[in-house]
Parts: sequence; structure tokens; C-alpha cells
Amino acid sequence: MPVVRVSVTLKPSLLDSAGRTVADALHRQSFTEVTDVRIGKLIELQVTEVDEARIRQMCADLLANPVIEDFSYEVVR
Amino acid sequence: MKVAVLRFPGSNCDADALHALRRDVGVDADYVWQTDTSLDGFDAVWVPGGFSYGDYLRCGAMAARAPIMSTVRDFAGRGGLVIGACNGFQVLCESGLLPGALVRNVKQRFICQNVVLEPATQRGPWMAGVNRTITLPIAHGEGRFVCSPETLKELQDNDQIAFRYASENVNGSTEAIAGVMNATGNVLGLMPHPERATRDLVGGTDGLLLLQALKMVRTG
Repeated sequence: MPVVRVSVTLKPSLLDSAGRTVADALHRQSFTEVTDVRIGKLIELQVTEVDEARIRQMCADLLANPVIEDFSYEVVR
Repeated sequence: MKVAVLRFPGSNCDADALHALRRDVGVDADYVWQTDTSLDGFDAVWVPGGFSYGDYLRCGAMAARAPIMSTVRDFAGRGGLVIGACNGFQVLCESGLLPGALVRNVKQRFICQNVVLEPATQRGPWMAGVNRTITLPIAHGEGRFVCSPETLKELQDNDQIAFRYASENVNGSTEAIAGVMNATGNVLGLMPHPERATRDLVGGTDGLLLLQALKMVRTG
């Protein structure tokens, strides 16, 4: 069965305070090349068929909150 | 006046709310389980605090899609009084009954303390009696209110901002917003807990100033 991988991230305009804390920790471990960290969610859906309109609807209606989050998806197999 | 106190798996302020309503506010109240679909006999709805559905996906996201919530949406659409405190506020935002969203506190910490709240309006049934600053407890990790600039303008233009944090913007909310209403003013959501401030024994009675709204409204 196909698997759809949905990724959900906080909108760029929103402060990701968890991401900032992780960036600070990376800097302390001398990974100074990191300029920003954004933390999101990965959701894998196993579906009987891939209907992109329905996937977008699932994302917009439930998996992501459009007020604060962006989403993207890919069919992985 | 009879208030429906909703219960979801993971609600934990439902008993406090029921107790405060019955004993301190002096109105009738009963629990309504989340899979019920009727609010017959009820004049107001309380969406309680807690960690409904373990905060799965996002705070309030699962509870907002529970069967009772479509009934609450119809109830609110007819002008019925609805209040959500803490997780209840998150549920109301997730359900679309209130604008905006609540995200992680700016300092990443769960905050449990009293806050001073400035009423931003006295419009509508909930806010009519709130004529001074009040002190209520907060207890949340995700209470930073955010919304788009367009939504913020609408909130301001329609007089939908109910409360602001008065002394310190503890969680980093947009415009220090602690509570908002829908356009018609019958649905109120706030992060502080009015049900935890209804008698001196628990540290204050300022919650009553807000909750007295339940006794002012004509029912039936």
C-alpha cells in the first residue's frame, strides 16, 4: 500500500522557541555553522490509494493547523 | 441556568469547574461526555482545562473533533453561552469557534502562578460585569496566543479581545492577549482558570466576577 509522508512545520513568521534552544545547544557543542533550527512533525499515512486532493484536505483539516503551521507531503512508496 | 461541563479523555479541571459552578457560583451543572451529541436542557457550555487526548497532534486538536463539538458549534451559533479555560480555550480555537491558536510559551516552560488580567472590553454577556482588573491562576505550557496580522486587526476592530496580561506578558502572547471572544461575544476562551478562584480558601474570588455572567443571563 502507498505511504504518504506529511511534514508539518511552524510558520516561518512564528518563533520556534524549541528550535532556538536546540540551536543554542548545537552551538555549545561547536556546531557553529548552524544558523537556525526549526522543529516540526513527521506523519506517515498508509493509504489504499493516493488522491492528492484528499491528502491536502487531511492536512488542512486536521494534520496541520493553518493558523500556525505549514505542511508538505510526498508519496514515498 | 444549567451548565454542561464537557469531559474528554484527559480533562482534569472538569471536577473543579462543576464544584465551583454548583457551590460558589450557585448555578446548576452536570457533566456531558465527549461522545454525547445532545445539549438538551443546558443553557451554557464549559470546556474544561486539562490535557485532552494527551495533547496528541496539537493541544485541543483531538477534542475539537469529538462528536459533542459539532453540537457545541450549533449551540454557539444560536447564541448559547460557551466558555473554555486553558485547554478549553485551545479546544475552542482548534474547533474554529474562536480565532487564533495557542503555542508553546516563549520561555519554553510550564508556568503555574497567579496573573493580573486587564479586561479589554465590557462587551457581551461574559464581559459585561468585569469592570476592574482581576487576579486568576494560570497553569500552562502552551498558552502563547498567536494569530495572523489580519486576524489581529479583526479582533481589534470587532472588540473581540477580552483579557490582556496586565503586569507581565508571561507567555509571550501577541499583544499580551489572555482571552478572546467570537464576534458575537457569546463564546469566550481564556488561558487563566476562573474556576480556581471562586473562594478565599483557594486564594481568591475574582473568578466570580467573570462567572457571575451565568446568573445574569435569562434562560429558557
